This record gives sequence, C-alpha cells and structure tokens, in this order.
Amino acid sequence: MADASNTLQTTPLHAAHEALGARMMAFGGFDMPVQYTSIIEEHKAVRTAAGLFDISHMGEVMVRGPQALDYVQDLVTNDAERLYDGRAMYTVMCQPDGGIVDDLIVYRLDADTYMLVINAANIEKDVAWMRTHNVFGVTIEDVSAETALLALQGPEAFAIAQPFTDIDLNELSFYHFEEAAAGSFMGCDRVILSHTGYTGEQGLEIYCAAEEAEHVWTTLLEAGADHGLKPAGLGARDTLRLEAGYCLYGNDITTQTNPYEAGLGWVVKLDASDFIGRDALRSIKETGPARKLVGFIAQERGIPRHGHDILAPNGSVIGTVTSGTQSPMLEQGIGLGYVPNEPTYTEPGQSLTIDTGRRTLDVVVTTPPFHKTS
Amino acid sequence: MDFPDDLYYTEEHEWLRVEDGNVAAVGITDFAQSELGDIVFVEIDPEGTEVDQDGVFGTVEAVKTVSELYMPVSGTITAINTELESAPETVNNDPYGDGWMVKIEMADPSELDGLMRADDYSELV
Repeated sequence: MADASNTLQTTPLHAAHEALGARMMAFGGFDMPVQYTSIIEEHKAVRTAAGLFDISHMGEVMVRGPQALDYVQDLVTNDAERLYDGRAMYTVMCQPDGGIVDDLIVYRLDADTYMLVINAANIEKDVAWMRTHNVFGVTIEDVSAETALLALQGPEAFAIAQPFTDIDLNELSFYHFEEAAAGSFMGCDRVILSHTGYTGEQGLEIYCAAEEAEHVWTTLLEAGADHGLKPAGLGARDTLRLEAGYCLYGNDITTQTNPYEAGLGWVVKLDASDFIGRDALRSIKETGPARKLVGFIAQERGIPRHGHDILAPNGSVIGTVTSGTQSPMLEQGIGLGYVPNEPTYTEPGQSLTIDTGRRTLDVVVTTPPFHKTS
Repeated sequence: MDFPDDLYYTEEHEWLRVEDGNVAAVGITDFAQSELGDIVFVEIDPEGTEVDQDGVFGTVEAVKTVSELYMPVSGTITAINTELESAPETVNNDPYGDGWMVKIEMADPSELDGLMRADDYSELV
C-alpha cells in the first residue's frame, strides 16, 4: 500500500496524524491519512456535526502583477473579471483541445494578486503549464510547501471557528473569503478563512503557514470536541464529495475529458475572454458533447467502482464508471460515469447495469447531489 | 491485534476453526478487517456449493475496496452466516466470533497441515 512511502511527501500535520493513529496511504504523491477510526463514522460526523481534514497536500500558486487578471482570464475557462477582493470562484483550465488540465479555485486577494489552488497530484504539471502560458509577464510563485490548508466542514463548523475570529462567519457567503488580521486568529501570523469545501456541507477552508498548522489543528480539535468534531481522512473526503456530486480530478475529469461532458459547462464562459481551449470548447458546445458524465444509484446490494463497465439494457458496454462508493447516508451504492449523450442513457430514472466483474448491478440514473444537505 | 491460538490461518487472511469432526468455521482475520475498513456487504456462495482449496467463495466489500474470499481447505459449504446480510459491520467488530462467514464440511482435513498457526500468521502480518 505505502511501500513507496520513502519517496512520498508529507504535510506539516504528518506527525499529528500518526499520533492520532491514522491509517495512512499514498495520495497525489503525499503520505495522507485515509481514516482515523472509520470512514463511515467520520463521514457521518461531517454530515451531522463537523469534521476536520488536513488537505495541505493541495497546491497553492500566487500570481502577481499588473496584468494578473489578464493572465488568469487567459488561463481558466470561468470569468475572473467578475471577481472582487474576497471573492473566489471554481473553474477549470483546459488544453487547446478542451481537455481539462486541472480543476481549481481562483481567489482574488487584490487587483494584482490571485491565489490559484490546485490538486496535489498536478502541482508540477500545473505550474509548468502556468509558466508556459505566461504571456503577460506575471510573477508565478508556487507556495504549496509553505502553505497548510485545513478544511473544517459540517453544520457545526462555523460555531466551532467563530470564537477564534472577529470575522462574522455567518456573513461570509459561499465562495467568499477573508484574511484574518495578523495575530487575530489563534495568534497566527497570516490566515485566510474561506467559505468553500468539498463535502456539500457548510464549512471553512483555512489557509495558514505550514509552521502554524499543528497549532490550528490541535486548537480546533480541542474546541470542537464538545460540538462532535472529529478528525476526518481522505476516505471520508471521497465519500462526501461523491455524495455531493463533485468531480475528482484523475477519476471523473482528466486531460481526456472536457468540461461540457463532465457537467462543468457552468464554469465555461465562452464570451468572457479568449482563454486557452475556447475555440475547441465553443465547437463542442455547438455540436453537443458525444458523451456525458451521469450519476447513478444502485438498486440492489453492491457498489459501483472506478473502472467497472456500464452496460445498456441489451448488455452492450456503453461506458465506464469513473467514481463509485457506498453512500454512508443512503446506504446504497452510488457512482459517476460516462455514457453516450443520448436521453435513453442520461435521463434521470433510466436503468443501466454495472458489470462489477463478478456480477451485474442494476442502477438508476440520478442527478447529483445524491445526498441533499438540509 | 488478536490472533487466537486455536485457529488456522491463510496468506489471504482467512481463518479456520475446526468445530465438530470435519466441520469448520471460516472468516477473515482481525488484520484483514482492519485493512479493509468499514465492511458494508458480505456476499457468500450458497449452502451446498463445493469449493476447492484456495477457491473463491464470496466477496467482502468495504467502503474503499472490494476483496475476494478464499477457502482455506476444500469442501462443501454447509451453512452461511445470514446475520451478516443486515449487519456486515459484525465482521469488523467480532471477526473471530459473530463475524464468522461460512461453515464447511472439509473434504480432506489433511489440508489443515499446510495452513499457518497463530505464531506464523502474526509474523506474516
């Protein structure tokens, strides 16, 4: 499992995870906690109270310069022009053929400064891509190693964090963020509180310096204990994001998929700028994608898994499962996968079959999220 | 981690307990359940199925992964633990007790000689 652990990178919280007895695994080139006690327990803690995740493996890239906006507009498909200080957006960046290089969050810190948050496994590839396409002379700085990122997620998340900040968290809208005044948040030098997440619950993503991560982690776990806060690993992070219907790069989206077929057309603003991949994406939009990422729920015991074939009612292979798991909330198998873009396969309520290798599993096409947050 | 002395073990992390003459109970070890994490389904071949030594007699699905179940010795399945259908987490909670999976009528009890005992198995894991 982790036999390559001597070559794996670690986050600033690695010792804290080991002290908690976490089961570790390799993910995106990092030795990361997959679970502390139980994926189902941690998952339910996030749905009913709160969970604290170390996601310091994620990459952060600072883009600075008078033409930073032009640069970002060129790089990503979504419209960075509508950002303002304290506003973030989800987007993808694409190849000229429309294939997805990565999905990311763009934060506007000020008019000349943007922070791009990218997937761990893609840091090297993305930074090279960003530098290659730097026609606007911006400064591109990879600050991933010195930046820690904690996700505090769940209905109790704001109540747990509020005592540590003057920022009124209930006034912090989704995809908005605020930098805490120096020293104001647990004495930390520099902290960004962002109302974002990957669980489908309300919550914060907390950016801080690597050397302050353990202090923030420990303080939050202590403060949250009475609220039912539990440390949560990447296992629960995956089941939570899948219940919420969020794509995972490397599974559901890759350089071989485009945003329209992945259901991410909403982050493509064809008329906002001449971004990389725009022409290809315009023609895909005009003709309609050939296939589509659909969600499905198992109608019998069994779990769809990444790589399983998707079969039409006549038994022919029509697609592949890109993500699948047992939904801890539904107690049913759920999954995402690509099928031909024809209503008989993509309309909610249609029946499909998954070939698990050992047997078949009947599923029904369902529009995510699979679990609706109250 | 617990590996009772009265059991036989396989490299695939099943255990076997001789219960009554040629009848043995089979399940997965404490190590196996711990590696798998939360078990959500156990699917076992029906009673009467004849299984070869090292043959697959079912699958166990955890949230993260699926694993096949291998029979430690050849024989015929005489009982399956139907409680696991509604409470698969019993395998996590009590792998050597209520988490047993099948009972098998052994075809050749001398096959037991090739299995590991607790000392060897705990060294393996």
